[in-house]
Amino acid sequence: MNMTETRLQADSISMPGDRRLPKHRLEELRGKSYVLLCVLLLIVIIFSIVYFIASRGLTPFLSQGVRIGDMLGGLKWSPEADTPLLGALPFLFGSFATSLLAAVIAAPLGICAALFMTEMMPKVGKNILQPAIELLAGVPSVVYGFVGLSVVVPFLRNNFPGQGVGVLAGAIVLSVMILPTITTIATDALRTLPAGLKEGSYALGATRWQTLSRLVIPTALPSLMTGVVLGIARAFGEALAVQMVIGNAPHIPHSLFQSASTLTSIITLSMGNTTSGSLHNNALWSLALILLLMTFLFVFIVRLLEGRVKRV
Amino acid sequence: MKKSLLVLTTLALGISLAACGKNDNSNNAGASGSGLSGSIIAAGSTALQPLVDAASKKFMETNGSVSITVNGGGSGAGLSQVAEGTVQIGNSDVFAEEKLKDADADKAKALVDHQVAVVSIAAVSNKDVGVDNLTKAQLVDIFTGKVKNWKDVGGKDEKVVLVNRPASSGTRATFEKYALGAKSEDLPDSITEDASGTVRKLVSETPGAIGYLALSYLDDSIQALKYEGVEATTDNVAAGTYPVWAYEHMYTKGEPDGALKAFLEYMVSDEIQQKEVKDLGYIPVNDMKVTRDVQGNVSNK
Repeated sequence: MNMTETRLQADSISMPGDRRLPKHRLEELRGKSYVLLCVLLLIVIIFSIVYFIASRGLTPFLSQGVRIGDMLGGLKWSPEADTPLLGALPFLFGSFATSLLAAVIAAPLGICAALFMTEMMPKVGKNILQPAIELLAGVPSVVYGFVGLSVVVPFLRNNFPGQGVGVLAGAIVLSVMILPTITTIATDALRTLPAGLKEGSYALGATRWQTLSRLVIPTALPSLMTGVVLGIARAFGEALAVQMVIGNAPHIPHSLFQSASTLTSIITLSMGNTTSGSLHNNALWSLALILLLMTFLFVFIVRLLEGRVKRV
Repeated sequence: MKKSLLVLTTLALGISLAACGKNDNSNNAGASGSGLSGSIIAAGSTALQPLVDAASKKFMETNGSVSITVNGGGSGAGLSQVAEGTVQIGNSDVFAEEKLKDADADKAKALVDHQVAVVSIAAVSNKDVGVDNLTKAQLVDIFTGKVKNWKDVGGKDEKVVLVNRPASSGTRATFEKYALGAKSEDLPDSITEDASGTVRKLVSETPGAIGYLALSYLDDSIQALKYEGVEATTDNVAAGTYPVWAYEHMYTKGEPDGALKAFLEYMVSDEIQQKEVKDLGYIPVNDMKVTRDVQGNVSNK
């Protein structure tokens, strides 16, 4: 009632004299066009980025005589040699090895932390632990890299064979970086589970362990996996911290303690030193294109997992 | 009010994004005060950036209506941008002819070289290797992976750990060309880092490590190796007895004029050469008793 009254009033105020739109219509039009403008701007930005990377990244294959198979399957990367070789397999391997290993380290930690914060001590979890973990997400990656170089690398060097730098050092640094992502998403997923589920389970005489392991975790599993995949995606795209601790030798390592490279680390190492338009520079754009496609794949997996959550 | 502010912000953002596309920084917009005005953007080599930055600040103190911005980005990016005309000065660690090759060779011809300083590079090692002098042949053997243990070059029984630079790095190009005389490979199990600070940290901490650094980065945490018995010092470089050095270049597209010309002349004036250049660990280009051309031929001045 009240609404219609004010609306009528507004109409009658703006009516006399002019044929302009009523005030609320004008407001709505303004709001709509503003929102539309924002969306259009976003879409334009996203498409121009994809177009730009693709146009640069495809040049080696289209006009500089590099075969896609040679790049994806090649083992030797020597872009500045007289006959340049552009095998990117070591970087693909390095990226997958470090980010998957980081997820293997971080996923159990993050999910268990989330269980503790939601099921065991919800109050402490919400007031102290969660802000602390979210704080981790705000630490700049160069700080992680420097801590990795000053703490993790010397530790590995003194206790394991090799020079400390390598896949394991990269994975350890990345696992700390993606821990907040995994924990936060897992916590949200566990908190939104219907309370009736757990109450029903307890009412049937199940212990806390039984409830957690047979009911809570299986029900929330797709959401937990979403967190893990997002974590892997973040690890895959991280450049600076990894570059500082992984060693950056363009070869597939034979052990966890040997120097290796990732797609991102090789791009950050060489991009500034190459001139735009040169084969080396374009090959780096190809690596960037591969990275972008991998990101799309991760987003796709996350959507797939989210679809499963909705059906449950 | 709030809403119009929001709309304004978005518009401003959109316009500034659109403005990114074109870049017309004219550098002689008119005369005032000292007679020089305009805006200059320099981009490129991060090794040269601190010097240009310091010099530009001093230059702007006396020439109030000139504004100079100094960006990093790497030698390659600097050369590309100055060739495209998006910046007025492209800073580079190497000759433009060495970066802009093959299809881009024409771009290099349009660029004018201004050599403003000399940077010398020394091979450095961890302090525990038991060697303080290496010959050219020994260095080549080490950097191509033929020598894997320090005892083979007269040092301790310890594994050699290579700390190299990326294949595209200007520092590596200089080291390969004048110290090794050949291109080196990226070997498995070697470490590659671009930042000099990181290289120094890794060499100082990793037993048996060897790398190379510009003289300004040498300190007590690492050991500078003699090359063929010659110590890497400013005097030896200037006299031409220590061969591992390179010019720092500031490239312009075509001959510079106006404020740009004045700034480049200021860079090689004694005021900058004897103060900032020395303070920041470079070698004044005026002190050099020898010169070197693109092909690497050295001749007395």
